[in-house]
Amino acid sequence: MSFDDPFDADRSLQKRGCSCGGHATQAEHDTETLTSADARTARIVESAVVRALFPEDRSRRAFLGAVGASTALAAISQFFPLGLATEVFAQAAAPEKKDLKVGFIPITCATPIIMAHPMGFYIKHGLNVEVVKTAGWAVIRDKTLNKEYDAAHMLSPMPLAITMGVGSNPIPYTMPAVENINGQAITLAVKHKDKRDPKTWKGFKFAVPFDYSMHNYLLRYYVAEYGIDPDTDIQIRAVPPPEMVANLRADNIDGFLGPDPFNQRAVYDGVGFIHMLSKEMWEGHPCCAFAASKEFVTTMPNTYAALLKSIIDATAFAAKPENRKQIAAAIAPANYLNQPETVLEQILTGTYADGLGSVKTDAKRIDFDPFPYESFAVWILTQMKRWGQIKGDVDYAAVAQQVYLATDTARLMKEVGLTPPTSASKSFKVMGKDFDPAKPEEYVKSFAIKRGA
Amino acid sequence: MTQNWLGLRAGLVSLALFAIIVGVWHIATAGTGTAVKMDPEYAKLMGATATQGKSAMPGPAEVGAKIWQHLRDPFYDKGTNDKGIGIQLAYSIARVGLGYLLAVAVAIPVGFLIGMSPLMSRALDPFIQVMKPISPLAWMPLALYTIKDSGISAIFVIFICSLWPMLINTAFGVATVRRDWLNVAKTLEMSPGRTAWRVILPAAAPTILTGMRISIGIAWLVIVAAEMLVGGTGIGYFVWNEWNNLSITNVITAILFIGVIGMLLDQLMAKLQRLVAYAD
Repeated sequence: MSFDDPFDADRSLQKRGCSCGGHATQAEHDTETLTSADARTARIVESAVVRALFPEDRSRRAFLGAVGASTALAAISQFFPLGLATEVFAQAAAPEKKDLKVGFIPITCATPIIMAHPMGFYIKHGLNVEVVKTAGWAVIRDKTLNKEYDAAHMLSPMPLAITMGVGSNPIPYTMPAVENINGQAITLAVKHKDKRDPKTWKGFKFAVPFDYSMHNYLLRYYVAEYGIDPDTDIQIRAVPPPEMVANLRADNIDGFLGPDPFNQRAVYDGVGFIHMLSKEMWEGHPCCAFAASKEFVTTMPNTYAALLKSIIDATAFAAKPENRKQIAAAIAPANYLNQPETVLEQILTGTYADGLGSVKTDAKRIDFDPFPYESFAVWILTQMKRWGQIKGDVDYAAVAQQVYLATDTARLMKEVGLTPPTSASKSFKVMGKDFDPAKPEEYVKSFAIKRGA
Repeated sequence: MTQNWLGLRAGLVSLALFAIIVGVWHIATAGTGTAVKMDPEYAKLMGATATQGKSAMPGPAEVGAKIWQHLRDPFYDKGTNDKGIGIQLAYSIARVGLGYLLAVAVAIPVGFLIGMSPLMSRALDPFIQVMKPISPLAWMPLALYTIKDSGISAIFVIFICSLWPMLINTAFGVATVRRDWLNVAKTLEMSPGRTAWRVILPAAAPTILTGMRISIGIAWLVIVAAEMLVGGTGIGYFVWNEWNNLSITNVITAILFIGVIGMLLDQLMAKLQRLVAYAD
């Protein structure tokens, strides 16, 4: 996103840093330099048009250098009604409600939701958002259903579960953006450092954050691949993430598949080691999500669009490795994650201590990609079916399409200048096994260890 | 003289106990384990517990410094999720106050009714007996679901938990007013309202106040748990937030603050109790 004058030959429209060099971020620079909302909207439209005309920044600069900015503006206005386009865009940009409350759980998965506050992404899209730290998944669900929060950070299976009425009353829910991909890990107590083979894990007690979480499904999937039945051979309990490290220290659990910062925190405090990152099971799996009720989406479409744009924008910013250190510093204070900065830096930059004495590097340890592929939802539904959380026939594709708003995300990604993927569905591999979103029922049947019929 | 001497001795014993507790605490946490040899690159990424074998439990000096830090700036406001301990305590006290006053407003009239009517006393007894032992946190999901507002839910939980001791004590106090006094009132042809106000209330006041004193203690116990669940603001949220950060120093600090405030509330009720006390 750029508010730079696209008719200025010396400006780059692509770059991310502040263009004058006087501000920490481009967002800060923009809010200071372009104070009027109208001017900002005009710039957005102009940039979009100019970018469309000159996909190559070099040719844009050459053109502007050759004819001059005012001639170029006149020339473009000739065949493209810039004024009208700006007006249309500005109408869409006025949100119905400016003061919003968004709930989050203090884990690094929530990075885009949180950082959008200190780094000014909400303000940039005309919203005054209060980000509220919340104690647990059930509470965040209830507070969002109560409308205390306008939108919230949830685990990506939760909107599916809420919509289908699993674990709560059925309420139509939507998940317009994935917050993060990867970024989870299996952490084991230090005393198990020689038991790296899951076959030796019989009788272990594991913690996951919630029953309807990727963590639960990934852990079950992982151990089942090694012939361990997650319901009878090991114990899996739902434990709030912050209590995982304390439980590990107290020897109440043998390990957990949990969200960061708590994997790294267990290492930092010397109580655990990272057995494997979740990305080693499924590269690019979704984890947490940005969710809102269907009612919010339909009654306040502009607010919803502005909010989603801020999140998509923040997610795109977080996806760049060079921004990660700055983000770690922005979200570490007590108002947000309340964690030592070095722990967050290790997670976000991917250069981390593994708890066994070596430093590892994996730049994609956590990554950010807002696009809610419908095939993600289908996979989650197959696992809910596999472990008996949902019974009977499931219309996988319909539920996925209804909850994961891929089309909306694609449209808004374009509006903030990102390129969405061309298809709302993609196939992927989980632990080497192919998943075909078109054949979910066969996929469920193909597993040796499963519940129910 | 003997009274003063006893007070002085008790104070000395208290001080000695305090010194012993702090001393044992200091010795127990001071022991730094053997520093593990590590690659410096790796050590930089690790916390002090892992690298220097430092105890995860903070010592008294650390907690003292933390308390001083909180006392120096109790009312800062660094955003929605980070407010000073003074503000958090004020939120908690306000919630307790509101829930508790609501409970007083209900418990005392209803208690009077039960105490004055043996019929109602018998009829309501099973309900009270069932409701009394329910844990505050058991009410929480129900409250959140029906009230649909976490702030009011917390106040409701305070209300429902501080209601019963007051109700029972009021009923008991009213029912056990000396017959003679009621008979005297009758012979003087006092109206029932006047009897309740001028005879029964002063006679039952010490028992009622005992119930109120128990209740304020319960309310203060409940608020911490409720706020840990609901989050947002309050001392319970503060404890939860620091627990999140695994900062035991801050948790201990908060525990001490909770204890001191609880004691002050109890002392306040004790003062009131002395005001209404009478000798037979």
